[in-house]
Amino acid sequence: MAKRSAPEVNAGSMADIAFLLLIFFLVTTTIETDSGINRKLPPIEDVEDPPIIKEKNIFTVVVNKNNQLLVEEELTDVSDLRSMAIEFLDNGGGEGEEACDYCQGDRDPKSSDNPDKAIISLKNDRETSYKIYIAVQNELVAAYNDLRDREFNRLFPNESMSFVEANKKYSDPRTSSDEKERLKPKLDEVKLMFPQKLSEAEPSKTN
Amino acid sequence: MSKFKKKKGGELPAISTASLPDIVFMLLFFFMVATVMRDSTLMVKNQLPAADQIQKLDKKDRVMYIYAGEPSTRYTDKYGSQPRIQLNDKFATVSEVAPFVLAERASKRQELQNVLTTALKVDGDTKMGLISDIKQELRKVNALKINYTTRVGDYTQNID
Repeated sequence: MAKRSAPEVNAGSMADIAFLLLIFFLVTTTIETDSGINRKLPPIEDVEDPPIIKEKNIFTVVVNKNNQLLVEEELTDVSDLRSMAIEFLDNGGGEGEEACDYCQGDRDPKSSDNPDKAIISLKNDRETSYKIYIAVQNELVAAYNDLRDREFNRLFPNESMSFVEANKKYSDPRTSSDEKERLKPKLDEVKLMFPQKLSEAEPSKTN
Repeated sequence: MSKFKKKKGGELPAISTASLPDIVFMLLFFFMVATVMRDSTLMVKNQLPAADQIQKLDKKDRVMYIYAGEPSTRYTDKYGSQPRIQLNDKFATVSEVAPFVLAERASKRQELQNVLTTALKVDGDTKMGLISDIKQELRKVNALKINYTTRVGDYTQNID
């Protein structure tokens, strides 16, 4: 009996199968990553005796149920919030030990002593819309970022990037660890100059 | 003489498609590796607010998601139109947030359990009351790192 060789499998349809799979994965792929505003919640434990904070060191922002903004007891528009927050944080009205040598503000004795003492207090109503809350948060973070950018550029002019860019580079997993180690002390120094002290009160009930 | 005779006819030889599957497979593997499948279907309206002072949320394995918003139109007759929380594939109440976080935390690797971030994907039209309740629940289980997930855009888009 004549020995028959096994017939060759036709591989012509392989490309079709591969294309089918390819198109499926193309459609289901979501490459873009989420982004947003990072926040840290305070731990729940009660502080025994809350530290006494001077009224002038607190910058109060209240958002009511009609999404109106009350900044330091005055009705304000969200577009003015950033500049008002910068003015408050950068005031540097302290004297002696509490003086702030890098602040460029008015040194108004009625406003904050130094950025370390300055606290932004945000209070919202249960009926406040989330959109407005995010807009307010965004502007307050922007105020801190603007000031940090300024100090970063002043202290490290040959870095040729802003604080925000440097921070982004630092948190990027693709950056080499050498580069990260080089950036970290610089970032920490600037963060210490303008620490983000944003306190959120528990929302008030609507009556 | 005839040994070096030029071939007759200027017809182009057909391009070999034998390597086509290889190329396609290469692309296929790339997309297979890069794919992150959406693990829960959205049952709530999820029009995120816009912000520009944002940080990226890398490393998907360290993030757990909490969705909130009005139920989508197909669920409104069953669940009403009040904003609700969605955890995984189910609607949930505020009291279910803490067990959810604990379960998620337990399912992660030991070294990641302390660096988890909670991403709040909340619809822009939700009231802050619900979000404060969620935040309060998160504080109870010590999940303090949160991220308000937003769209990239100017804050003025939030004010209408």
